[in-house]
Amino acid sequence: MAHVEKRQASVPAPLEWEYAPAPEARDIVQIRDRYGLFIGGEEVEPRSGEWFTSISPSSEEQLFEVAQAGKEDVGLAVSAARDAFVNGWSEIAPAERAKYLFRIARILQERSREFAVAESLDGGKPIRESRDVDLPLAAAHFFYYAGWADKLEYAFPQRDPKPVGVAAQIIPWNFPLLMLAWKIAPALACGNTVVLKPAETTPLTAMLFTDVCRQAELPPGVVNVVTGDGATGAHLVKSEGIDKLAFTGSTEVGKLIQRELAGTGVKLTLELGGKAANIVFDDAALDQAVEGIVNGIYFNQGHVCCAGSRLLVQESIYEPLIDKLKRRLSTLRVGDPLDKNTDVGAINSKAQLERIRELVASGEEEGAEIYQPPCRLPERGYWFVPTLFTNVAQSYRIAQEEIFGPVLSVLTFRTPEEAVEKANNTAYGLSAGIWTEKGSRILWMVERMRAGVVWANTFNRFDPSSPFGGYKESGFGREGGRHGLEPYLTFE
Amino acid sequence: MAQAPALPEGFELPLEPRIPRIGSVDAVALEERAATLAKRSIKRESKVQALELAVRMMDLTTLEGQDTPGKVAAICSKALRPDPVDLSIPPVAAVCVYPNLVATAKERLRGSGVKVASVATMFPSGQSPTQIKVAEARAVVELGADEVDMVIDRGAFLSGRYAKVYDEIVRVKEACGDAHLKVILETGELGTYDNVRRASLLAMAAGADFVKTSTGKISPAATLPVTLCMMEAVRDVYAETGRVVGIKPAGGIRAAKQSVQYLVVLHETLGRDWLTPDRFRFGASSLLNDVLMQIRKEKTGRYQSGDYFTID
Repeated sequence: MAHVEKRQASVPAPLEWEYAPAPEARDIVQIRDRYGLFIGGEEVEPRSGEWFTSISPSSEEQLFEVAQAGKEDVGLAVSAARDAFVNGWSEIAPAERAKYLFRIARILQERSREFAVAESLDGGKPIRESRDVDLPLAAAHFFYYAGWADKLEYAFPQRDPKPVGVAAQIIPWNFPLLMLAWKIAPALACGNTVVLKPAETTPLTAMLFTDVCRQAELPPGVVNVVTGDGATGAHLVKSEGIDKLAFTGSTEVGKLIQRELAGTGVKLTLELGGKAANIVFDDAALDQAVEGIVNGIYFNQGHVCCAGSRLLVQESIYEPLIDKLKRRLSTLRVGDPLDKNTDVGAINSKAQLERIRELVASGEEEGAEIYQPPCRLPERGYWFVPTLFTNVAQSYRIAQEEIFGPVLSVLTFRTPEEAVEKANNTAYGLSAGIWTEKGSRILWMVERMRAGVVWANTFNRFDPSSPFGGYKESGFGREGGRHGLEPYLTFE
Repeated sequence: MAQAPALPEGFELPLEPRIPRIGSVDAVALEERAATLAKRSIKRESKVQALELAVRMMDLTTLEGQDTPGKVAAICSKALRPDPVDLSIPPVAAVCVYPNLVATAKERLRGSGVKVASVATMFPSGQSPTQIKVAEARAVVELGADEVDMVIDRGAFLSGRYAKVYDEIVRVKEACGDAHLKVILETGELGTYDNVRRASLLAMAAGADFVKTSTGKISPAATLPVTLCMMEAVRDVYAETGRVVGIKPAGGIRAAKQSVQYLVVLHETLGRDWLTPDRFRFGASSLLNDVLMQIRKEKTGRYQSGDYFTID
């Protein structure tokens, strides 16, 4: 019999395990030096003659130059949209419109890696999220509304739905491509043409999308994109010839827009800020609730209008839950958005970073207790450590104002009544979360919550078939689902 | 009626009374968390580290009616020197066999540090009188087993007779003496994650050194979410009492990639202190060669055919 050498099993010391960098290749996306405006199916230089630079928030690297559309440029875009609406788009068979949307959806799927990398480069969000959330949902939105295009009379029976005309759409920087999809897909499905203004800091995927429109052979002028800062947005709001305005962004700007459009007859929908309560009852599945809390507030660096930024915990489980949450925070991987293992990426802009810092400082001053896990941040770029505030009172600014960053404020409650009271005690009403094993309590709570979306035992879950929108200062109008068609239609 | 287990003196239920019950598990969120962690991208040196750790954590297993002293001798050789071409590959943690083959394995592995684990308590069903199960556990220890892998009485568990399950584990633990006790929950038969959590806590309260997912005789055997569920129970016990319990997923883990996923879940749930064979094992028969193949690929940049890895 062969002699087998007998070696000692090595001494079992725990392994110091660091994941090696796993960056997604960025050469899949070809970024040009300059992007003009997309008007009437052509990329054109801005009449304003102005350009500005777009940077990557994770490295402060200058990525490309993009046009600053002036009043004249916006006017041209609106005219192009009007032409396209009158000369064809509103007339073609609805099933033909659907074909274009299906085509766009498929192209987005085919080019999803490219778009995901572009989104993470330009906006700072982790590739894990742009790859697994933003892109699949954006494509799903086009697929979903493609299906409605030739069934509008079934969505609104006996009401003879007709397109509105030219829809002006202003979108934020937190989900650039996904918000584009939320806006463009229902507008086109209903037979409208659009002028879209992407956010100042994140125009890249919108510019790549213009290429998708060409690839899909969408008729010229059906989709127009004008880039620029708030001034461009203001031109668009004030421009003659728009029939509908859809805005997603801050409550402050939303109020200005509403004031501007009052009495003009332009249809308006606003999707604004939020200060959602995430309510955890003592019978909830705690480890999963912790995951939901983390997903609720640290997803996309907290740059989410429906983020679960106020955690309401039943006092009887306060300690174990906070212990678990703190432990979990220490495992969040903050860093390079293009690394496939990154959980929390870069803050979208310097201005936003300053706003987060200011509000966090106010929380400390007002007497809340701050917790931040040990965390090594990159030297360049805009970063903020995932932050947890305990001992927060309902009156503190961090419990009232939208921070739009990775900052969670924890409050406690004793009874379901108190939870409802505290959850509703805000100027906003976009979303809420409820964590309990008891089905009857979920229904009891949902009836009383003044929030557009209430998630039960999950958070930040989206589906194109589910309507989304707010109460109170979170805005009005719904996006998604059959409800999302209505703002883009007129009825007899 | 379900009865709360009688607790041995000096041991408190792992969760303090401020948590009103054993706690529950949300299946959707648990599976989502496991799926997210499975997407971690482990490359280069971190991959090699993980694969080598997986070898050191392996309980190389053969549990067949057709097992013979010859077969067991062969897997013992494989356990000691997994890759004859690459002597830097460490031996595995243990060899896991049926009671009748403990003596052969012991003889082959004596002095090597590779442990002999034996299944016991009427593996795999456990549907036999308690005294027979206890006697079997005592017998395998006398035969030289360093570790005993017992099965819980799922029939008792599913009919709510938790006290019986608990008492049996306590008695088997006594019979084991210094041998390490791994308690197999057979999660594939428990039906819900709530049951898995409850059974894990019960086993730990009764004195288990390890909780183990499966016998390998039932499908599904180990899955990532079910192992995560058990890790969370282990973590709660550790947080509340300081008591360390190990975890052993077994059955259905065949690819090196899967083993890395389990280690990621372990790492991000229980932390680096659990990245040791003392606290985590893989129960597997065919996993080892795929791990070896991947290690060689990482070292040489090339895949070699299965013919270059010994089958034992």
